[in-house]
Amino acid sequence: MYSRAYKLAISLPPLAWVTLFLLAPYALMFMHSFWTVQDNQIVHTWSLNNYAKLVASPVYVQVLLRSMWIAARVTLFALLLGYPLAYFLSFHAGPRKELLYQLVIVPLWVSYLVRGYAWKTILGGDGVLNGLLQFLHITQHPVEFLLYSPFAVVLTLTHIYTPFTFLPIYASLEHIPRNLVEASQDLGASPRATFWRVILPLSVPGLLAGATFAFVLTLGDFLAPILVGGPGGTMISNIVQTLFGAAYQWPLGSAIAVCILVLVLGLLFATERVERKWTFS
Amino acid sequence: MKTYAKPPAKEWDHDASTTARAGADPLLEVRHVAKRFGGREVLRDISLDVASGEFLTILGESGSGKTTLLRLIAGFEQPSNGEIWMSGERLDTQPPYRRRVNTVFQSYALFPHLTVAENVAYGMRVQGVPRAEIPPRVAEALAMVKMSASAETPPARLSGGMQQRVALARALVNRPKLLLLDEPLSALDANLRRQMQTELKALQREIGITFLFVTHDQDEAMALSDRIALLRAGALEQIASPREIYNSPTSAYTAQFIGQTNLLTAQVSGGTARAGCLLWPCAAPEGPATFSLRPEHIRLVDGASGGNPASCRFRAKLENQTFCGSTDMLEIVSPDGQHLRVRVPSRGILEDEVDLEFSAKDCVRLRDAGSS
Repeated sequence: MYSRAYKLAISLPPLAWVTLFLLAPYALMFMHSFWTVQDNQIVHTWSLNNYAKLVASPVYVQVLLRSMWIAARVTLFALLLGYPLAYFLSFHAGPRKELLYQLVIVPLWVSYLVRGYAWKTILGGDGVLNGLLQFLHITQHPVEFLLYSPFAVVLTLTHIYTPFTFLPIYASLEHIPRNLVEASQDLGASPRATFWRVILPLSVPGLLAGATFAFVLTLGDFLAPILVGGPGGTMISNIVQTLFGAAYQWPLGSAIAVCILVLVLGLLFATERVERKWTFS
Repeated sequence: MKTYAKPPAKEWDHDASTTARAGADPLLEVRHVAKRFGGREVLRDISLDVASGEFLTILGESGSGKTTLLRLIAGFEQPSNGEIWMSGERLDTQPPYRRRVNTVFQSYALFPHLTVAENVAYGMRVQGVPRAEIPPRVAEALAMVKMSASAETPPARLSGGMQQRVALARALVNRPKLLLLDEPLSALDANLRRQMQTELKALQREIGITFLFVTHDQDEAMALSDRIALLRAGALEQIASPREIYNSPTSAYTAQFIGQTNLLTAQVSGGTARAGCLLWPCAAPEGPATFSLRPEHIRLVDGASGGNPASCRFRAKLENQTFCGSTDMLEIVSPDGQHLRVRVPSRGILEDEVDLEFSAKDCVRLRDAGSS
């Protein structure tokens, strides 16, 4: 066995890394959330004022709820796209499986910004979609609601996060022993019944992991609202960003960040428990 | 067990030839079935009938195509050629879920997210059996395989042998016309395996469902089957009752695969077969022939001469003697250098030179001496 000194020596660098770049910033953020700003200076006096402000002011709660609503829709659409795709690839793609898998992954290699701007050029007033609508004489003037709206944010983020739902679902489908599918059909279940009774239940862990990815990543997103969101598409992370930027309200921003963090951790904890319940060795 | 239809009383004549049941309509007919995967020919022109209530074993080494044949009947693969019929209906054009055939998989394939009872109920649920009927049938099937105590357990917590029983109950509860078993005992240790063999055979007799059993284990095939279909490289080598296939193998391959044997390359002329220094009366047509002589058909005698004319006596050198409990396996060399194996009742250490005898009737002429 390895000596204590050796174990300590190899675990020290990662421990130091995590402490320095993860735990310390979180602790700092947590502390900031109890401080205040006076005369453009952060004052280290402890109070719950920031949290009181959050609860009292309807705008923060409203934006948080809107962000969750956007995240919920993105999650739903990403699952509706990602699951059938993963199912088709895993069970029916045959020899093209590898190629198709790579094609699903390729967008992940393209910069987030490029994909965001791509949607801007598609949805904009003089964009590709409006050009087509006018060319076909479906509309006379550019349609405005396409860009700078919650719709545009949901569309863009669905596009960006669908591969994140696809991957865990695909992995869990690939893990289903194929003889279970055969056994189901052998016992008289049609392909449809086999899907609902065997394949779907056994892919629940992947489904949950995919949903968690889409929801959590969307909830923390601030680029898509900036690129395609407009005033109606502002999300909670944009507010945090503003508070840390021009507004110089680090304590209030920290308080919001702590709230989101608690929310996300609670969500991860809950899905983890459900996932474990649906995992069978 | 009263819900299972008793089979028509039927006593298989183990020594009868394969044509004995030609009169009765077979349950399953495999007609000229071939299967190719890409360019590889896995099954070639397989034709066989399975009678209702029969225990037929498909025996073969790995790669002989026996599992593929089973999968064709279950419907997981489509034949490249030929047809499969069951009870007068075309089977191979039906999807697996419409076939009144159930399979016990080699790895059991129990649903991990369902309890034992839910696994057994699965077939009845998806086929719309009335809800009230399901629990008593599940209980009955679990009782049949002695697994009632584990009804609410997830299958992952069961041992291999227990999972095996559940898989059997899950298949049988649907009252299939034909049960397919794909090496169901191969994952069990030797003792449990023997016990399950006995139980399986008793169960099959009791419920009268036709069993099509795949194995690579010739002892298992001999112990369980009404008939054995021996597959060799995708073709049917011989199909017969265990006794017939052991006593009258048609090829050197069969003779060596089922039990041990000595192959004698002989020349027949004037009513006598001659293999080196060994001579025995033989009514076979003139010319070269290969004979199979089982080790237990050679016996120790006193003196190298004498004996009756329908037998062959010879003196040989003893090379090796292996004690096998009730018998000894001897490896001997005849004066002209033929190596033979002899199985005799155990009787202590033998001399270096032994006198042996075999009867002419025990030399089985092989129709196909082909390489083995």
